[in-house]
Amino acid sequence: MNLTAIDWVIMFLYFVFVLGIGVFLKRFMKTSTDFFLAGRSLPAWVCGIAFMAANLGAVEVIGMGASGAKYGIATSHFYWIGAIPAMVFIGLFMMPFYYGSRARSVPEFLRLRFDEKTRALNAISFAVMTIFSSGISMYAMAKLIQVLHILDVPLAKMGLPASWSFHVSIFISALIVLGYVFLGGLTSAIYNEVLQFFLIVAGFLPLVFLGLKNVGGWSGLKTQLPSAFTHSWQGMTNANNNPLGVEWFGLVMGLGFTLSFGYWCTNFLVVQRAMAAGSMLDARRTPLIAAVPKMFFPALVILPGMIALALPTPQQAVTVNGVVQMQAAPNAGKGLIPLKIDVATGKPAVDREGKPVLDYDLAIPNMLLHYFPTGILGLGLTALLASFMSGMAGNVTAFNTVWTYDIYQSHIYKGASDKHYLHMGQFATIFGVLFSIGAAYTAARFNNLMDFLQLVFAFVNAPLFATFLLGMFWKRATGHGAFTGLLCGTTAAALHHGLSLPHGDLVGIKGGWITVVHNYPSEMAQNFWTAIWAFVVCFVVTIGISLITKPRDEKELVGLVYSLTEKPSEEHLSWYQRPAYLGGVVLVMALVLNIIFR
Amino acid sequence: MSLDIRYPIGWMFSLFGVILAAFGLFGDQRIYARSLGININFEAGVGLLVFGILMLALAWRGSVKAKAAAKPEAKA
Repeated sequence: MNLTAIDWVIMFLYFVFVLGIGVFLKRFMKTSTDFFLAGRSLPAWVCGIAFMAANLGAVEVIGMGASGAKYGIATSHFYWIGAIPAMVFIGLFMMPFYYGSRARSVPEFLRLRFDEKTRALNAISFAVMTIFSSGISMYAMAKLIQVLHILDVPLAKMGLPASWSFHVSIFISALIVLGYVFLGGLTSAIYNEVLQFFLIVAGFLPLVFLGLKNVGGWSGLKTQLPSAFTHSWQGMTNANNNPLGVEWFGLVMGLGFTLSFGYWCTNFLVVQRAMAAGSMLDARRTPLIAAVPKMFFPALVILPGMIALALPTPQQAVTVNGVVQMQAAPNAGKGLIPLKIDVATGKPAVDREGKPVLDYDLAIPNMLLHYFPTGILGLGLTALLASFMSGMAGNVTAFNTVWTYDIYQSHIYKGASDKHYLHMGQFATIFGVLFSIGAAYTAARFNNLMDFLQLVFAFVNAPLFATFLLGMFWKRATGHGAFTGLLCGTTAAALHHGLSLPHGDLVGIKGGWITVVHNYPSEMAQNFWTAIWAFVVCFVVTIGISLITKPRDEKELVGLVYSLTEKPSEEHLSWYQRPAYLGGVVLVMALVLNIIFR
Repeated sequence: MSLDIRYPIGWMFSLFGVILAAFGLFGDQRIYARSLGININFEAGVGLLVFGILMLALAWRGSVKAKAAAKPEAKA
C-alpha cells in the first residue's frame, strides 16, 4: 500500500475534527439527558442520517460489498425489503410510544409497558451484545489495517515491527472513540455518524463512478455478470434457482418481516437516534428521512462489489517452454477478489468439495486500491475508518445508556442525583470501551467463540418484535406473557437451529446439533426461518399466557398502547410535513426501485 | 442545539476539497493512470469544496434565522 503524506494529512484532519467536536460539546454535557439523549434537541435530518449511519458500520459496508460480489444485486433485498418497510413502520406506528412515553431507552419502554423482569432480560442481553458488536467492529478494523499493510511503513519508521499493526490499530481507535463519546456523549456520536455518512458518500461515489465507467456502465456490467446477478427477483420462486438460496416467502417473511422489523423497530442502537430528536414530529420523521438515503445505498456499497467481480482477473506474464503466456497471478481469484488464504497454513483455503474459496471481504478494499491514486485514496480509507469507529461509538453510546438507566439505576443504585448518573455514564463509556477491547482480542483468539456468541444473540433477538408488536397494539398483553413469550421464542430459535442444517454444512455451529430433521438450501434460508419460528412462537405464547394472567389497569397503559393513546395531530401541517405522506412516498420509491431492478 | 453540525461538516469538507483539488492541479499527473486517466483528485476535490461551502452557507443562514427568531423573545 503506497500511502503518501497527503493521505495521512486527510486522515489526521478527520481525527482532529472528530475529537474537536467532542471537546466543543463537553461544556454542554450538564445533565444525564444531555449525555444519553443529546438533550432531546437535535433536528430531524441529523437524527435521520444518524439513524441510518449507526447501522452503516464498516462491517456492514465491507459485508455488503462482499455480498454484492457473492450474490449480486439480490443483496439489495437487505435494503429494499429488509429495511425500508420496517423504517416506515417504526416512524408511523411505533415512535409515538417510544417518544411519547418519555422512556429513555428501549428496555425502559418494556418496563413501562410490561414489568421489571422483561426489562432486565432485554437490558442485560442488549448490553452484552453491544459490547461484543463493538469489539467485533474493532477487530475487523484492526484485521483490515493489517491485511492492507496500512501501518507497516509508519511503524517501520518508528522502528517497530509490522506485527504491532493490530495492537496499534485497536489502541488508537479505542482511544479516539473513548475520547469523543466521553466528552460529548450521544451528541458526539451522532455528529460523527453524520460526518461519517458524508465521508462514505464522498469516498464511494468516485469509486462507483470510475468502476462503472470502466465496465461500460450498468448495461456493460449486465453483459459481464450472470443474469441472476443483475436481477434482484430472478429465480425467487424456488430457493435453488437464485444466488441467495432463499425462496420469496422466506425472504419476505424472514428478512422483510421478522428480522428487519426486529432490528429497526426494537434495537436501541438505532431507536436511540430517534429519541434524540427535538419533538415528536421530528422523532417520527427520523426513520422516514433515514429511509431515503438507505434505499439508494446499494448503489454505493453493493455495486462496487459487483464491479469487482466483473473486472478482469489480474494476469501476469509467465514463460512456459520458452513461450511467454499470460496466466492468472498467484492467489488471484475472480475479478479483483482474491483467493481466501488460510491463516494457519498460508495456503489458499478450500471448501468441503476442495474448491478454493474467494475472500469476498476484500472486494471493497481492493476496489479502492485498484482505482484510487494517492490523495483520494486517503479519503476513501478515512471513510472506511470513520465507519468502523462510528460502528463502535454507536454501540458504546447504546451500552452506556442501557447500563446506567436500566441496570445501574434500576437494580444497583436507585435514587441518586442526576449528576451521579451522568458521571456513571461517563465511567460506563470507559469500561464499555475496555470491554470492547477485550472482546476484540477474544475475537482474534477464539474465532469459534465469536461465531457461537453471534448465534446466541440471533436467538435472543429473533422473537423481540413479537413482544413489541403485542405490547404496543394489544392492551391485554401482560408482563408475564411478554417475559414467557421472549424465553419461549429464544428457545424455539435455538431448537429450530439445532434441528435444521444448511445444505453442504457440517453438523455443529451451523446447525443440526440435536438431530437433522430438515435441510435448507442455504445458511441464509436457515437464518430467515429461524427468525420466523421464533417470532411465531413468541407471538402465540405471549397471547396464551397473557389471556390467563391478570391484565393491567387501562389507565396505566395510556401513552403505551395504540388503542388507549391519542393520535398525534397532523392537521396543522402541510402534506409534505406529515409522517403518513412521507412514509407513503418512501414506500412507493422502494417499490419503484424493486420494479426497475427486478 | 449548542453546535450546528453543518459548521464542522462544512469546514472539514471544504478543507479536504481544497487539499485534493490543489494536489490534483499541482501534483504528479502520472498517478492518474489507475483512475482511467481522470484527474480524480481534482474532480472530487472540487465536488467536496462545493458541498462544504453549501453546508457553511446553510449553517450561516440557519444562525441568522435563529437570531431573528430569538430577538422578539428577548424584547418580551
